[in-house]
Parts: sequence; C-alpha cells; structure tokens
Amino acid sequence: MSKPENEQKPLTGNFRADGQPLSLAEYEKTGGYEALRKALQSMSPKEVMEEVKASNLRGRGGAGFPTGQKWSFVPSGEGNPGPKYVVANADEMEPGTFKDRILMENSPHMLIEGMALAAYATGAQEAYIFLRGEYVRSGKALERALGEAYEKNYMGKNIFGQKTAFNLEMRIHMSAGRYMCGEETGLLNSLEGKRAIPRAKPPYPQVTGFLGKPTVVNNVETLCNVPHIIRNGAAWFKGLSRSQDGGTKIYGVSGRVKRPGAWELPMGATIREIFEGHAGGMQDGYKFRGLIPGGASTEFLIEEHLDLPMDFDSLQKAGSRMGTGTMIILDDRTCPVGMQISLQSFFARESCGWCTPCREGLPWIVKTLNSIEDGSGEMEDIDLLLEQARLLAPGHTFCALAPGAAEPLSSGVRYFREDYERHVKERRCPWGNF
Amino acid sequence: MVTVYIDEKPYQVEADQSMLDACLSLGMDLPYFCWHPAMKSVGACRQCAVKQFRDENDKKGKIVMACMTPAAEGTRISIKDPEAGEFRARVIEWLMLNHPHDCPVCDEGGECHLQDMTVMTGHNYRRSRYKKRTYKNQYLGPFVNHEMNRCIQCYRCVRFYNDYAGGRDFGVFAAHDHVYFGRHEDGVLESEFSGNLVEVCPTGVFTDRVLKKHYTRKWDLQTAPSICVHCSLGCNIIAGERYGRLRRVINRYNSEVNGYFICDRGRYGFEFVNSDTRLREPFTIPRPGNKQIKILEEGEALPHLKTVLARAKGIIGIGSPRASLEANYLLHKLAGPENFYAGFSGMESSLVQEIISIISKGPVRVSSLREAAMADCVLVLGEDVPNTAPMLGLALRQSVMQKPMEKVINELKIPKWNDQAVREAIQEQRGPLFIAAPTGGRLDGIAASAIHAAPDDIARLGFQVARILSPHAPPVEGAITEDAAHFAERAAKELKEAKRPLIISGAGAGSLAVLQAAANIAWALWEENRETALFLVAPECNSIGLGLMGGRSLDNAVKAVKDGKADTVIILENDIFDRLDFPEAEALVRARHVLAMDHLPTHTTSRADTVLPVSAFAEGGGTLINSEGRAQRFFKVYVPSERIEESWRWLRDLLVDLGRPGSEALFSLDEVTAAMAREFPVLKKAAEAAPPADFRIEGMKVPRQPHRYSGRTANKADVNVHEPKPYEDTDSPLSFSMEGYEGRPPSPLIPRFWAPGWNSVQSLNKFQSEVGGPLKGGPPGIRLIEPVDAKKGEISFFKDLPGPFAPRKNDFFDFFIVPLFHIFGSERLSAMSPSIGELVPAPYIALNPMDAETKKLPEGAEARLEFAAASFRLPVKLDPSLPRGVAGFPIGLPGLHGVVLPAWGRIALPGAENKTYENRDAGA
Amino acid sequence: MLSDQERAELEKGLAHYEKKKTGCIEALRMVQKFRGWISDECLKDIAQYLDMTPDELDNTATFYSAIYRRPVGRHVISICDSVSCYTVGYRDLLKHISGRLRIKPGETTDDGRFTLLPAACLGVCENAPAIMIDEDVHTGLEPPEKVDPILERYK
Ligand SMILES: Cc1cc2nc3c(=O)[nH]c(=O)nc-3n(C[C@H](O)[C@H](O)[C@H](O)COP(=O)(O)O)c2cc1C
Ligand code: SF4
Ligand code: FES
Repeated sequence: MSKPENEQKPLTGNFRADGQPLSLAEYEKTGGYEALRKALQSMSPKEVMEEVKASNLRGRGGAGFPTGQKWSFVPSGEGNPGPKYVVANADEMEPGTFKDRILMENSPHMLIEGMALAAYATGAQEAYIFLRGEYVRSGKALERALGEAYEKNYMGKNIFGQKTAFNLEMRIHMSAGRYMCGEETGLLNSLEGKRAIPRAKPPYPQVTGFLGKPTVVNNVETLCNVPHIIRNGAAWFKGLSRSQDGGTKIYGVSGRVKRPGAWELPMGATIREIFEGHAGGMQDGYKFRGLIPGGASTEFLIEEHLDLPMDFDSLQKAGSRMGTGTMIILDDRTCPVGMQISLQSFFARESCGWCTPCREGLPWIVKTLNSIEDGSGEMEDIDLLLEQARLLAPGHTFCALAPGAAEPLSSGVRYFREDYERHVKERRCPWGNF
Repeated sequence: MVTVYIDEKPYQVEADQSMLDACLSLGMDLPYFCWHPAMKSVGACRQCAVKQFRDENDKKGKIVMACMTPAAEGTRISIKDPEAGEFRARVIEWLMLNHPHDCPVCDEGGECHLQDMTVMTGHNYRRSRYKKRTYKNQYLGPFVNHEMNRCIQCYRCVRFYNDYAGGRDFGVFAAHDHVYFGRHEDGVLESEFSGNLVEVCPTGVFTDRVLKKHYTRKWDLQTAPSICVHCSLGCNIIAGERYGRLRRVINRYNSEVNGYFICDRGRYGFEFVNSDTRLREPFTIPRPGNKQIKILEEGEALPHLKTVLARAKGIIGIGSPRASLEANYLLHKLAGPENFYAGFSGMESSLVQEIISIISKGPVRVSSLREAAMADCVLVLGEDVPNTAPMLGLALRQSVMQKPMEKVINELKIPKWNDQAVREAIQEQRGPLFIAAPTGGRLDGIAASAIHAAPDDIARLGFQVARILSPHAPPVEGAITEDAAHFAERAAKELKEAKRPLIISGAGAGSLAVLQAAANIAWALWEENRETALFLVAPECNSIGLGLMGGRSLDNAVKAVKDGKADTVIILENDIFDRLDFPEAEALVRARHVLAMDHLPTHTTSRADTVLPVSAFAEGGGTLINSEGRAQRFFKVYVPSERIEESWRWLRDLLVDLGRPGSEALFSLDEVTAAMAREFPVLKKAAEAAPPADFRIEGMKVPRQPHRYSGRTANKADVNVHEPKPYEDTDSPLSFSMEGYEGRPPSPLIPRFWAPGWNSVQSLNKFQSEVGGPLKGGPPGIRLIEPVDAKKGEISFFKDLPGPFAPRKNDFFDFFIVPLFHIFGSERLSAMSPSIGELVPAPYIALNPMDAETKKLPEGAEARLEFAAASFRLPVKLDPSLPRGVAGFPIGLPGLHGVVLPAWGRIALPGAENKTYENRDAGA
Repeated sequence: MLSDQERAELEKGLAHYEKKKTGCIEALRMVQKFRGWISDECLKDIAQYLDMTPDELDNTATFYSAIYRRPVGRHVISICDSVSCYTVGYRDLLKHISGRLRIKPGETTDDGRFTLLPAACLGVCENAPAIMIDEDVHTGLEPPEKVDPILERYK
C-alpha cells in the first residue's frame, strides 16, 4: 500500500528542505487551513469533537490520554457560556525530547490551526501557546505565523467571515523556565503568573483551568494532528497507524547513534526500525547497552525489547511508557551511574518543592548516586535507590514528576546493577568519571 | 451521614469532609502536617497516607492521602496497613533529612507537632549520611522569631498568613529543596495576625519572640484559661506563668469566638503585667503640697481607707469597662446605686447603652465571630474593624469567601475542604463587603466598595440603605452625594439577596446616629430575612457588662464633685483622663479624697491620694461580657507578688471593715457573682459562665501545672528550702499544683491542651466534638443577650436623622476631629508591652491633603490642634481618604488624651496661639 | 524607576490581561531583557506597576530559573546538563568551558563578560552536546574545542 509522501507524513511531509518555517501561503498550498474552513463552515463543534474522538488520537504529551474524550469534559451548552480557553503545551522540557520544537519551527501554522479547531470544538475564545523560553526560533516562527493569520482573518473576530461568528484570540506566552510548567496544572498556574506548582485533580482543568475557567491543555504534536483529522477524516487517520491508536508519531533518537534525529512514522513502528533503521544504529566504536524510550521519565529498555512496537499499550505492557516517543541511547562508554545522575539531578532540580517525597527524596537519590559514582558508596545504597524509587510511586506524590523520575531509576538499577556494584566494590568509577 | 470503613470497622461520619477530618474526629491518631483544621486540605506533605480499597474484595488497595480523600458512602481505608505505615515513616524520614534535630535548644521542643508525629510514625533511625541544607534567617519584627533550618515545607505558614489572613508581605520563595518561607527582605511582619504563625507552624521555624526573652518550656508553665482584655471581642486565651512572671499568651479555642487564632494585640499585649512600673504596694500621697509617698504597710491600708471613708462627705464610685463584673459590682455596692458611676464618658455611656438597647430590644440577633465569618454579605458602618476588633476583621476576611465558595461547591462540586482547588476556582472573586468609615482601612482592599465620610454622612448613608430595604424605615431628607446613593443602592441590593447578611457597626465612630442607622438596616432586612445578624463593636473588654449594670456617666460624677455632693472618689481600674476633657478630669481628681485602684501608674493614680495595687487579668478571676453579649470567666493564672490583690477582694475587705451588712457572706468570687446575679437579673446567667469553685471531677480539682512541671520543690529555694504549701484557690475549681484531674475538664476550665502523644496545640483535636467543631461540652461562656421577637411592621425604627455634614468654614473650631484607632497604641494596656510598644506609631494629626493645603500644612509639618479644652502640637499626616473638613486624631497614642472625641477643633500653624488650656504633656 | 521604554513595553505586552499581575512573568522577562537581571530595586518597581507587593512578585520571580535575581555577566551561557548531552560529551564540554573561562557553573567571569549556568535539556538532543548563549543555541560541540570560536563572538 503506498500513499503519497505527505499523506503518510501529514505532520512533516510538507516541511521545507531548508528548515525555514512554512509561510501561510506555503502552508495553504499543501491544504493548510482547509480543515478550519471546513469545520467552521460545515461542522458543528460537536461534530469536530466526535471526529477527533473517532480518530483515536491520543495525547502526545506523554500520558496518552484520548484527546476527543478530554475535550468532551469541557462543560458546554447554555449554562456554560465561558470564558473558556485552549492552551498548547509547548513547554517541551523533558530531557531527550525535541519533537514539538521541530513542528513549531517548521510548520507553525499547523499548530495554530489545530488550536483553532480545538477552540471551536470546545467553545473557547482565547488560546495560549505556552512556549518554552529557550525556544526562541519557535517563538519567532509562531509570532510571524500568528501575525499572518490575523492579517488574513484566520484569527481574531469572525474568522472566515460574519457567518461563522467564531472569534478567537491567540497569544504566545514565553515561559521563564521550569520543567513543572509542562505539567498541565503547573502550566496553568504559571500562565496565571504564579509559581508552577501542580493543582489538585479533580477538579480537572477542563472544569477549572486558566483563571478558574474551563481549559483544554494539549501537547503541540497532539494539536498538530487535529487539522489532518478534520480534513481527511477519522478513518484515514486511524489507517495511518499500525496500532490501536490513530495517526503517525514523531519518533526521535539521541545519543551515540549514527544519525540522531526525528522521523514521522506510523504509530507502532518498532524500536529497532527507528533506532537501527532510521538512526543508523550505534556509532562505530560504541556498543548498545540500553535506551529510555520516550524522554527522561520512562523506564530503561534493553536489547530484548528492541522489537517492541512504539505505541502506548505495547510499551506499557513491557513495563515502560512511550512517553514523548523520543528515545535516548545508553552506550557502553557512558557510565550508567553517571547517566542516572544526570537524569536524577534534572528531576531533583526541577521538583517544584510542593510535596515531600519529591522535594526531599530526589536530592537524597542524587546524593546517594553521587557517592556511588565517586567510590564512597555502600552496597545498601543500591537498595536504598530501589526503595526510594518504589516510594516515589504514582499517587504517593502530588503530581507525576517524581514518579517519572522513579521510572528510569528503578529500571536503571535493575538492568545495570552490576555496574553499580562495581563502583562500590572498586571504590571508583570504572568509566573514570571520578 | 455516610458509612465509611476504617480498618474494616464501619463508622457513621459527616459527608462533607475528608477522610483525615473523619479519622481525627473519631479520635484516631493519623499524622499530618499540611492539613490544618481551619485551612483544610492541600495534600502537600503526604504524611496522612492511608491505604484505600475499592471494596471488600480489593485486598491490594492503593496509597492515598486521607486529607484528599472524600468521606463518601462506602469509602474503605486502612490506617494500620503496613505499607501505609511504612510510607508515613518514610515521609518523616524525608522531612528529617534536613531538619536540624536541635530539639534541646529549640523553643518548640516539648510542644512540637513534628516531634509528636515522628514518634507516632515510629521513625527513629537516620540513614542519610549527607550534609543538611542550611538557610539564613530573617528579622521579622518584635513578635515572631525565624529559624528556617527547622522548616519541613508544609506550607502552612503561607496558607495562613497569605490565603487565610490576607497578608501580602510574606510568602514562599524559590523552588525544589530550596523553598524558603519568609519575607522578600527582613522587616516587621505587617499582618496583625502574624503571631499565629507560632501556632500554625508545626515545628520551630516561627516561634514566640517574646517568650524567648524569658524562655520556659510548655510543661513548666503554670497555665489557666483566660480572656483577652485588649478589645471587646473576648477572645479566649491561655496565659502561662513561670517564676512569678507571665510568660506567654496563646490561643484558647472557642468555636464561637476566636476559633483557632488570636490577634497580635491579644497575644503580645500581656507584657504590661510584668512591667517594672507596676503598682505593687498600697500608698498614700498626702495632699496638698506634700509629694512624699508613704507606703501603707501590711495592715495599714484598710484601716486608713476605713478612716477616710468614714469621714467622707459623700462617696462616689467610678467603675471601669476593663474591670470584671464582680469588681464593678462590689464598687456599686460600696458606693450605693445612686453614687455609682460607670466609668464612661457621657458619649461612651450613651453609645454603650444604645448598643445594649439595640441588641436586647430589637429583633435582630448579635452574631458570634464564627457566624460573622459565615456571613455572605456584610456592611460595615462607621467602625474601623481591623483596629478596634481585629479578630472580627479576620472573620470578615473569611466572610468574603462565602458567596463565591458556595457557587464553587454547588456548581463545580468541589468539596469545600479541598482548599487549593476551591481557591483556584474562586480566583479573585470576593463576596460582597461594603465599608463606610471615616477613613481608609485595611479591609478596604477586599471590599466590593468602600466609602469614606464624616460620621453624620455615614449615618445618613446607613439610613438610606434601610429606607431602600423597607418602606417602614424613615426617608432621608436633604442631599446625599451621588457616590453615597450609588453605594447605598448596591449595598441594599446585595444585602437583600444574601442568605446570611450581617451589619457591623460600633462605638468607634462616636456617633449614636451611626449605630441607629445600622440598627435600622438590620431591622429592615430582618423583615424579610430572619437570618439577618448584627454585630456592634463595644469599646472595651467589659463595656457591655458595665453597661448592663447601669450607672450614670462620668460627667455626672464630675458634677457631683463640683456641686459638693461628694468629696471622696473611688476610681476602679480607670484612667479618667482618657475619658474626660482635661479640665473635667482635673475637677474630679481635685475631690478631697481620691482612691485609685489600678495595675499601672496613670494620670489618675498620679493625682489620687491613695492608691491600691490591683491584680491584672492573669492574677485574678472574674467575668467579662464581650460584644456578643457572652459572659466569660477568666481565671487566676498565678498568685501575684507582694501586696497586689484583686479589685473585688480589696472592695470586699473594705465592705467588711465598714461593717456593711451581708458583706461577710461575700467570701468567694462565686458568692460575689451570686449576689450580683440577685441584684441584677440581666446578669443572672453570668454566674453560669463556668463551673463553681466547689466543682470537682472524681473528687479532684483541675491542676494549673502540667504533670511534667519541673522544679516544684526547688522553684522557690532562694526564699525557703522547704517546699511551700500550694496556694489555696477558694475561687475556682483550679488548683495551683500538678496534682488533680488529668483528663479533659469542662470547656471553660481547660488550662491547656494536651493529650497523650499530642504535646502541641494540635492536641486540640482531642478536645473537640468534631474537628473544627465545638469543644466537647460546648463552647465556653454563656450568651446573655438575645433579641426579642417582633412582628413585621411593628418594629420601631429610629427616626432621628442627622443633617448632612458640613465643614464649618467661618467658625473658630473649623474641623471635625474624629478618633483614629491603631491596633497597636490605641489600647492602653497592650501598648505598655515592650514588644507592642515597638510598633506604636508616633502621634500625628491626619488631614485631607486639600485641607492641609488650604492650611499651608505640608506632610510632616507641625500643626497646632486646639479643642475647647485642650491643645496639642502634632505633625501632619496627609490622608486622602479623609473627608474634607474632618481630621483624624489617633487616640491613645502617647500624650494624646484629655479630650473626648469626636469634637470640633481648630487646626492651625503653630504660632497663631490662642488662649486655651495647655495640656502639659501633649504634643509630639 | 522603570524607564519609559520599559513602561511602554509593559503597557503593550500586558494590555490583554484583566489584572496586570497575571502577566507578571512576562513583565519580569521584558524588564530583564533591558537590564540583564532583576535587582531588588527593580523588583519593587515592577511590583508596584503590577499592583503587587514585592513579596508577591518575588514569590513568583524566585521560582523560575530564567529570572535572574542576582547579577549576571553581559552574556549568559546555559550549558545543557541533561541526559542526551550527558551521553555525548557534556562533561568534557563543561570542563573545557569552565577551564577556559575560569568559572564554575553559577559564577561570572571577573571581567563580567560571561556567566555560566547549568541548564535543563535545550531541546536540541539530536545535535548534542549543546549550549545556549543569550538567545542563540549552539549545537554539536564535540570535541569541546568547537566552542572556542563561538565564545569569541560574544564580547
Ligand atoms: C513534570 C511533567 C512535565 C510535563 N511536561 C510536558 C511538556 O513539556 N509538554 C507536554 O506536552 N506535556 C507535558 N507533560 C504532560 C502534561 O501534563 C499533559 O499531560 C499534556 O500536556 C497533555 O497533553 P496531551 O493530552 O495532548 O498529551 C508533563 C507532565 C509532567 C508530570
Ligand atoms: S511530585 Fe510533588 S514536589 Fe515533585 S513536582 Fe510534583 S508536586 Fe512538586
Ligand atoms: S496532611 Fe494530608 S498530605 Fe499533608
């Protein structure tokens, strides 16, 4: 079965070769804004929502929550006039993850159109792009695109003319830096000018979100899929995938591989296909030891897992998570303890400081890892790491940050325990880090 | 009610609470930190972890936080579950990673919730071998000490200070394991509730800076239940003594009055009791001329007084709104009803009598502070609540949450205990609070509308609101400003829509018309809504009690002396120079004999010829009646030193010495109270405010000293190596010893909160019928005043309306001078406390900038303020909120007395002298 | 005192918020652009502009890593210390930069030219290791000497 290139790769197929963002005209040439026009002119908000539901689009932010279902929790009807909000989660600070950046830098209008559709479906009249502060290039691309959209009345009052009576204001918020801003409720606090600590759920953001009003928060990649679903239909979207979940996925590989990068592939491509096929396997002189499949907060996988399909359910079954779908490779010349320190230092530093296990547990983990690495660790320390990882389970902490940290920790110790023990026995780092 | 299962046993519990509330209400032990009974759940500390099971077949379960789990029908949790227990111990371990373990030198040691919870979870061994994090501490002012290293990041301090009490100069800084709780720079905490941080903080980060000066462990304090004497709200406190000095005051929970908190004036005002200037011996100053003080030795005072009184040509007694009912009553008895004058100025007297009449003869009920916090629409008329009745201000900060909260709870189905979620849903919405006052105040920021006007205009505004609400209320004739009309419309509309509207006013504006207008509004509302409540702030801690006893005002006393009807004046705990114009006060103290009874030297004691040292609140017992009309008993905390006696006891002894019939029968406080109840039927129930002195539990008294009290035998070894016999308390069921009933006494007698395993204030949970509910056995105190029922259309509204306020342009006295209140400074006793003294502002005169400009008086310039009877030199402070033609005089500040306000006065550049009475120590 | 230009920028940038304080993070970023960092004095001025107290604003300001509450050099080097960069040479790169500029992470060179700060993943993992100098991302810095000519560009 062969499909035209840009139909198999709806998200990235029309990118310019020079890496410059698609202008409005270029975007429109490849079908851009057709979906929004179609929705506004011939579909009810409910129909848009139903189409997305039917497409089996699952959130690309990490948790994989069905997008249509998420939208349906926004109170609608007479008694719920608004204001309501749509927010694109463009914070992308998960180590090893760079897929949203690629989308925004290359095709900013796709995100804007996706957000407009989400707003139409949920009755929102204001939208925010919560953008990572470091993504200066994305910011510039989005700003330009937004300007073009306003100019052509694809944004603002009465989009596509009086008849639609659909208004939408969209703004870009540049973050001031914190991983917690990516957690959707922390994001909302941050957007309100507060500390990015998470909020209790329930109530969910769809009920009390930005400024206490109903809000949908979706990942950039998730939103980018929406125009294609509306334009081509749910069935087409499902057909792109090799798994239960609809669509394609942007997979990425970083680490000591021949061609680190990102590729849009059918959802459910296997790890081997991505890692060996697209990334070219290990660089010469490096051996594969393991990988984290979807950003820093997922469980390590090893050789035996390479043929797993990269989709939400398959990885879940294997005890890991697809997360963001961007994998990080551990090679034999990198100390697994050192890599773990990098991971855990990140989580410890980015903990918001709200709940005890995360605020206190992660720095303890880092100190313990450091002492193992520098040769002053004890055997019990290794068990302490496992114990701490076990204690940082979902539900034990207030939000998912610390459980995310526990995933690479417990699996890392499990798969590379010998290396940890060598550090203790030899009282030094066998990789010479200390 | 729903059925929940805790460790497989079914329990009936209230539905709108969390499982942590439910467990604690059931008396179970479950550790927690971030949850607070008044501020509820946020789920941050993860200490209250329990195992939750889906149903009886679920054996695996999952760990949840009890504080974030609703008590829904069929909820199943286990506290005993080993995994949950282990998790709770690990949470303590995490918290302890950086805790300095400095309990032996920590002020919180021995009453530390962190200590208690550590013991409760069984965590006892340090596994971490790494360095602890350290912080710099901050200077936060005279009340609260800061020791950040002890912090366990429970977020309670910010939640109290900012979210609950509305503070804006404190907070949480930085992130991850660097979070810091304090101010953005060193400085005095601005909130008048800052001292509560000491009790809210579960460990020793925020501790009592005043206690620290003469530190004593909780278990070494001799404590008794007491009542705050620094305003009319009657907050319940626990006062503690060691080595003959009062060491600290903390909150004593009373669900109807102060709940979990007290204000800083109440917490730190007590130090006047320890003042070096205390009057400690009776003495005489023979007059005239001879300034030589003669101490009256043991056995001399009473005979001296007996002689004086026997020779007197007319005795008058001047009572005191800050003295107990019992003391006032015995003075009343000594002087006789026709010669007893309540110690009020004429103005105060009529205000207090009007308050009493409105709340006892009208149909609208006085709310308690708890009810005030639940009001969903509030109108404040003329009263500067944060400064005259601070805890009422805290209640109002909660009241503005009610209306938006109701919406959130009903429409979004967010349970009200889910504090963070509720606040996020509410955001900046606030319920309706309307304030009309002479000047701007600290609650204006949360008010839907605040308007500033002269007292007469405030009254007219109030009458206008009443008129809008009811055709039976009188119409307002003459001009009313557009702003005022708009304000009245809005307020009336919101009050009408409210379920639990509350009208607040008081004596603070010094205007009968304002009180009457408030009454009219409340009554007009009441015609349609029986839930309408009223709160009228009285000036002092026993103003209502004294008012109920009757007695004419001080003006009449002055007249009696001037007319030669009396030559001997007995003044009870009262500085008449605070209540009379200077010449009038002078006339009174020029009587042939003046006997003054007080704790501290005052203008009055310095002009008396005989002075008796009397005990302060912590050294004696008695009954006070607060603005709610609640009679409450305070108990002797310790026996005062030397020759200090309770006022009532001096007076009783005098009565006995004078051979007054029946006086021997007034042996104990109970007997005095009983006699008073016979003579004043309105005060009858006051005798029931606390159990009588012969009350025993299992044959035992309630010990003032905790069972761990140390040094009993050695305490007074410098005086006598033999252990002295404990002082016998014939006036109460409390004993001055460690022996006695250790269990839970009736609520008015609780000398301290403690339960096994619960050494901190959190032990309160064990004394309540449910968490946050009344103490077991009911809230202390007894309400004496309830409204009379009336029929719609039969209410007799006040009909005397003042005309609009007009500045006097051509008059010599061209400014209307209103009193301004300062929480720290306007109340005399607390201002004597060194810590509070640090925050008393310098005297000033406040003027509208435009008025100041016409007078050519820039900010800070010295102005001359003249009254008919006194004059002052004061720096000008510009206050744009003041109405034109009105000036503010901060009463009570050092030197600012000898004038009854409000009054007309003149403000001029100094130099333009005029012949008036010179106040000797007035001016800045 | 906020400059007229800063004020104008704030007016424009925060116009759409009902309450200015909602945009306080934007406000901090805007002013920081002009001044490099947010001093106590400056914090107070911004707070006043936003109808916030300094404490309220600082509660937020100190939470975020990109709001500098202490002085920084003319150029800020953020070196990514996250996992992808870690596996492809972060340690060497850090050692190199640190040695060359004679500063540790968190420090500023004596001449006030550079401040070196650790940073979380810069989102360019396919070209690791990476640093960001001011607003420019520089990638593929292996071997670490590749950074030398780049540093020269920032005076
Ligand atoms: C600590 C933390 C950081 C997160 N960071 C991001 C992020 O940078 N971008 C993102 O899209 N989702 C992030 N998430 C997930 C979001 O909370 C949320 O699930 C997601 O934005 C929802 O979008 P989706 O339904 O489209 O996946 C993060 C979650 C956690 C717990
Ligand atoms: S797990 Fe706790 S401390 Fe960590 S980020 Fe989430 S809420 Fe904050
Ligand atoms: S008390 Fe429940 S989490 Fe803190």
